[in-house]
Amino acid sequence: MNIVVCIKQVPDAKTVRFDTEKGTLVREGVEAVINPFDFHALEAGFQLKDTYGGEVTVLSMGPPQAENALKEALSLGADKGILLSDRAFAGADTLATTYTLAKAIEKLGPVDLVLCGKQAIDGDTAQVGPGLAVRLGLPYVTCVNALSVLDDGKTMHLRRINEDGYDMLELEMPALLTVLASLNTPRLPSLKGKMRARKAEIPVWGAQELGAEPGMVGLAGSATQVVSTSVPTFEARREMLEGSAEEQVEALISRFKEAGIL
Amino acid sequence: MLKVDIEKCTGCGECEESCTFEAIFVEDEVAVVDQDACTLCGICVDGCPEGALEIHGEEGLLATDLSPWRGIWVVAECRSGVLAPVTLELLAKSGELAGELDTEVTAVLMGHEIESRAQELIFHGADRVLVVDHPELATFTDEVYGNILADLAGRERPEIILAGATAMGRSYIPRVATILKTGLTADCTGLDIRAEDRALLQTRPAFGGNLLATIVCPGHRPQMATVRPHVMKANAPDPGRKGEVIRILPGEDLLSHRVQVLESVKEQAEGPNLSEADVIVTAGRGFEQEKNVELARELADLLGGTVGATRAAVDAGWLSGRTQIGQTGVTVSPKLYMACGVSGAIQHIVGMQGSEIIVAINKDAEAPIFDVTTYGLVGDVKEILPLLIQRIQKERGL
Repeated sequence: MNIVVCIKQVPDAKTVRFDTEKGTLVREGVEAVINPFDFHALEAGFQLKDTYGGEVTVLSMGPPQAENALKEALSLGADKGILLSDRAFAGADTLATTYTLAKAIEKLGPVDLVLCGKQAIDGDTAQVGPGLAVRLGLPYVTCVNALSVLDDGKTMHLRRINEDGYDMLELEMPALLTVLASLNTPRLPSLKGKMRARKAEIPVWGAQELGAEPGMVGLAGSATQVVSTSVPTFEARREMLEGSAEEQVEALISRFKEAGIL
Repeated sequence: MLKVDIEKCTGCGECEESCTFEAIFVEDEVAVVDQDACTLCGICVDGCPEGALEIHGEEGLLATDLSPWRGIWVVAECRSGVLAPVTLELLAKSGELAGELDTEVTAVLMGHEIESRAQELIFHGADRVLVVDHPELATFTDEVYGNILADLAGRERPEIILAGATAMGRSYIPRVATILKTGLTADCTGLDIRAEDRALLQTRPAFGGNLLATIVCPGHRPQMATVRPHVMKANAPDPGRKGEVIRILPGEDLLSHRVQVLESVKEQAEGPNLSEADVIVTAGRGFEQEKNVELARELADLLGGTVGATRAAVDAGWLSGRTQIGQTGVTVSPKLYMACGVSGAIQHIVGMQGSEIIVAINKDAEAPIFDVTTYGLVGDVKEILPLLIQRIQKERGL
């Protein structure tokens, strides 16, 4: 089974701080990590490979340092990592990103399954998976939290979560899935994997290698533009209610009444 | 690319400080851009006190005529024959936007045996309803719903399409935007019109709500956005409102799909769903045992709310993964959020800190959850919740 997993390097939530005055992210001390959902997409790919054989190729579009994310994916068990990096890719919205990823997947040749995390935790759009599927002409299912492959090795049964419950779905590969964290428990890197990752060369594909049209990638290929950013202020409004458990509950009841909750 | 106007630049260093990518720095009292590192995020442009920074796109590519695109569309979402609340919220908002644009509001209603819902859409603010009623639409598939909407939009040319940022909307609306090769802004919490060029200003949270970005779609139409449920306010229905109902027969070529729905299961509903709930009572590790989670359910029922979970409560198997709030779960912003036995890991906080009133109950007075709470109670949830439940019952005369 030929599997492609798309991952993104994002700022680690634990190290991110925001400047409320400037309305921006604070740069110092921010560490870059693999988007948390993407670990589950990688794990899904590894499990399928463990059962059905084949190859797991990992793609990431980003600045040169996104190589680290790909190396980490290799240490976990990916066979190949490819970095899509080019000045021309900067400023891409989801429309330009899906074009670029689709170009890379087409270049890789026939693929059975493309896996993405449900969304990236920095942009939170959840749009790249579905958009990429459309670009590649593949059927897709979002928010998958259970999957199985039938005996024919081609048909998949999937559980897609929604607000009211879930749908059980069937599709035939090739296809694209976006996965939830509840799908699986990601493995840890092995020592052997780490060694292999350290030595691995990560190929870098730019616009030229992809045969991408200049007007379709990066800022030029984007339909949307950010006009401003701000940091919402959550007013310092902490009030610790005091006294015994009964007294604290009493105080909360009166706050609820003031707020019209009761 | 990012350009510095050296006439205007004073070398103050604001840009250097704001850049997340170390792509701009001051050298010899003027800002210098490392074009390789720059991601064109625009944060420095916005923050430059001198207006010395500008991002230049490829010129001449956006010369398309946008004027044939007129009207606002609201994609109605009908689950089990009932309109999703966010649809009514969008109709109210669209009414305001349509006033500014001097245009009308059209609702697009897809499904099977749903035509009776068309009047409801009109009462809530639609001037026109396009009804696509077909047996193939009885169950939702991304392909059929997406193909029909893209086909209709391509022919009718609305300037704005709005849909709910629900599981369904966030799944198939990106399909529509990609087919139409236009921009889509996910999960908006604010919409406005920029009068001079009719642009839709779309404000959305990123980084789990820690950053708000305002986004436009200048050169492409339609301008598309999904909007978070429960943020905008629906209008009361006006049974006197009149509107036009237009039936559309979908072309056969739009009805094929490769994903088959085998079964749709409604799980035991614990009150309203998380994204639409006014009150959420979240259970964390502090409950210690599964049987104690019943206390959270009881309190949620009493307040007309629903139960959420931390990662720890899901991992312990007390609550289902779909109730998980936080970075790898759902982001919520109810009127009242009660974090019970929740320590407040950053991954949890980013998913709930936009709530109006936050109450936390925790044994540990130093727990980080107290940094974001409105009212903090220090104590064991197993002791405090029964007291609270009793007191609320008394208030309610139960």
